[in-house]
Amino acid sequence: MSPSSEAIAVAVILFVVIAAYALFGGADFGGGIWDLLAGSTGRGEAPRALIDESITPVWEANHVWLIFILVLLWTAFPPAFAAIMTALFVPLSLSLLGIVLRGVGFAFRHTAQQLRLRQFTGAVFAAASLITPFFMGTVVGAVVTGQVPVHPAGNVLAAWTSPTAILTGFLFVVACAYVSAVFLVLEARQRRHQDLVRYFSLRAAAAGVVTGVLAGGTFAELSVSSPYVFGRLTGIALPLVAISIAAGVAVLGMLWLRWYHAVGLRVMAAIAVATVVWGWGLAQYPYLFPTSLPLAAGSAPTASLVALFVVAALAVLLVAPGFALLYYLQQRRLLTAADTDTDLRLAAQWEQALPGQPTAARAPAETRMATALVLAMLAIRAIKNVFSPTHRP
Amino acid sequence: MGAVAHVLAVDAVPARSQMGSSLGFHIILACFGIAFAAVTLIAEWIGIRRGDAAALLLARRWSKVMAVLVAVGAVSGTVLSYEMGLLWPGLMGRFGAAIGFPFSVEGIFFFLEAIFVGVYLYGWRRLSPWAHWWSGVPIVVAGVLGALSVVAANSWMNSPAGYTLRHGKITSVDPVSVFFNASTPYETAHMVLAAYMVTGFVVAGVYAVGLLRGRRDRYHRLGFAVPFTLAGIAAPLQVMMGDIIARFIAHNQPVKFAAMEYVSTTTRNAAEWVGGILLNGHVYFGAAIPAFDSILVGFSPHTRVIGWDSVPAAQRPPLVTLIHLSFDLMVGLGLFLFALAAWQGWWWWFHRRLLVTAWFLVPAALGGVAAVAAMEAGWVVTEVGRQPWIVYRVMLVSDAVTPSRGVPVTLGVILALYAILTVVSIGVPMIMSRRWRQESPAEEEADQVPYGPSPARASPARPPVRPAVPRASSGGPDTP
Repeated sequence: MSPSSEAIAVAVILFVVIAAYALFGGADFGGGIWDLLAGSTGRGEAPRALIDESITPVWEANHVWLIFILVLLWTAFPPAFAAIMTALFVPLSLSLLGIVLRGVGFAFRHTAQQLRLRQFTGAVFAAASLITPFFMGTVVGAVVTGQVPVHPAGNVLAAWTSPTAILTGFLFVVACAYVSAVFLVLEARQRRHQDLVRYFSLRAAAAGVVTGVLAGGTFAELSVSSPYVFGRLTGIALPLVAISIAAGVAVLGMLWLRWYHAVGLRVMAAIAVATVVWGWGLAQYPYLFPTSLPLAAGSAPTASLVALFVVAALAVLLVAPGFALLYYLQQRRLLTAADTDTDLRLAAQWEQALPGQPTAARAPAETRMATALVLAMLAIRAIKNVFSPTHRP
Repeated sequence: MGAVAHVLAVDAVPARSQMGSSLGFHIILACFGIAFAAVTLIAEWIGIRRGDAAALLLARRWSKVMAVLVAVGAVSGTVLSYEMGLLWPGLMGRFGAAIGFPFSVEGIFFFLEAIFVGVYLYGWRRLSPWAHWWSGVPIVVAGVLGALSVVAANSWMNSPAGYTLRHGKITSVDPVSVFFNASTPYETAHMVLAAYMVTGFVVAGVYAVGLLRGRRDRYHRLGFAVPFTLAGIAAPLQVMMGDIIARFIAHNQPVKFAAMEYVSTTTRNAAEWVGGILLNGHVYFGAAIPAFDSILVGFSPHTRVIGWDSVPAAQRPPLVTLIHLSFDLMVGLGLFLFALAAWQGWWWWFHRRLLVTAWFLVPAALGGVAAVAAMEAGWVVTEVGRQPWIVYRVMLVSDAVTPSRGVPVTLGVILALYAILTVVSIGVPMIMSRRWRQESPAEEEADQVPYGPSPARASPARPPVRPAVPRASSGGPDTP
């Protein structure tokens, strides 16, 4: 029985939403990770302030993607949702713990005045940003490897403690850090903090490399633990994987060239994340749980799926302009936290003069550009070679 | 089957406790999510429109409290979403296709709310006054519509409709009937009014304490009057709504109604019990008004009221005393709040000024606690009253609960975390208010200084707003 076109459509929506959460929610988690790694109070002050300023107004809206994932999953694919929630009770509870602690940290850290308390709530916020993506990663790892039974009788510890699942957990953590660092480079640049641009460029590059290595590791592990998904990843989903790698390399190249193109860099990072998520989706097709629960058997009746489709269309209609406004205002730096009343009164005095646009740092050395091009071509060729059909097991 | 269900229901106790405590906590924050923006916007409107510095100061400070409450609310709402699956996979696995639809609609409004909360809270400094005010309006609308969607999901559990079940599997769904089931209009109206009452009375209560402490400036009067007016309008509507809903439940969920009113056997001339503890079939310490229950249900003492003997023992709700007393508490507190609102309204009607005697302010200061208690009691009635069913007359709680072993652990963690969250959501606003008073005591006392000559207001970003205009509406209750 092949899945209905409605089921496929909703699955596509689901993966679009997952990609959005991975990108925006992931960047927020990554911010927390860099906060954690920013060092002592004095040394980490500048990066922490930047992270705080760029996450605070948007984290809640970004968080809603997660709610959408849950809702889509339980409405469109109820048996899969029930099985995941039962079998992966432990990692899901732990990721939830991270979400709660992060919220507490957010709510409290702006009010806490004593340094000690501020440090403590900051640490809670940062640590929580680490736990949540890790355990979400193990959940995804468990699903991909088909370790979630369709009718679980209780928690299944083995499902999310397999090497693949654990590796996926770490992969999620570094991927969040990577995306976040790329975005923070641009935030720093917009605020003309040259030091922080360097600071986060270096970290983005490092995280990018680690992400690549871990992704490779997970990939190799998949060939053993989930031959079906691996087969499709190196088959029909290969173009997506290749695009993801190319985009990731391109981001590193742009950072290396100091070509901080605000839109270009964001789009490249977004492509790198989104294509790998979609590659995963395509590789699982037509299964909800690879080879045990097919899409057709696990989806809701047509009317529910159609209703979800309508809701999604409405959401695009209503939410997209809202989001555009939010990000527009945030990018124009019209959204700022006002901490005290003094601050609020200052608001009234705020001179309109947003300092004029600076002369952009122009013209990266041509040699570097050429090297980057050559390296990119080499990388693409290497990818092609590794994944070309003759090399497939 | 009945006996087995009863034994299994014991297994569901930790899960039910966890769901109950999560819901009981989140619902308070949800009230603020629904109604606090409206309270704040009214203050801001008065502030901009009349150039009222005190009103603007209130609006700014409230929006900061809102930031904290909305953040905690977003988190506790996420906990509930997870728990739908973590605790009740049986429910979601079988009925997710039906009950999921209202939740997905809620997702849209949650999104809109989160987006515009971001704009409103962080736009104070740099948006123009009216642009900023308008950025808050979607929060109010999305709050009400979001409440409608989520409560529709809960209503569906009370009045399941719009699906076909074949061999334990849903084969077709009618999303519109799911969303607008028989209980939806009643439950949602009740909840939205409750949200306005909780928010209004809690915020007003804070300023009632300030007034009692002798801070009788315009800042505190407005801080009391704006939320109290909103809650005071909701209170009489709520009393009417409650009466209508009770009659609806008597028809739609007679066993729940029987538990609420101590009706053990189906009878005419049913007595209305006020208070009382049910023990071995006897009501102790209660006062019975003869035939009044029948009159309330059908406007005549001859109305037949269905008792819980109409269903087998295994299908009756447990803890009947809890249900009945919760119901009485809700009704009693609702009437108390209505009386408070009527008292202030009366005074205002004849004297055109705010009643600020201690005789009024002391109960008004307790109004917030009373409103929260009434709402919690109401949820106890509707949720415990539905037991042992999770979907009324369709699915037992014991068939929905997770087989995972970890629930007692997560219950403990949740209780600990919610203790912290409670401290945060009460403590942070308290710290804020103390700091505000220390930082700028003069600003609160600056009675009736409109935007003023301060050079601060002369910037292009916040141009001096039109100075106090003649009363444009009855929105501002306190114009000395």
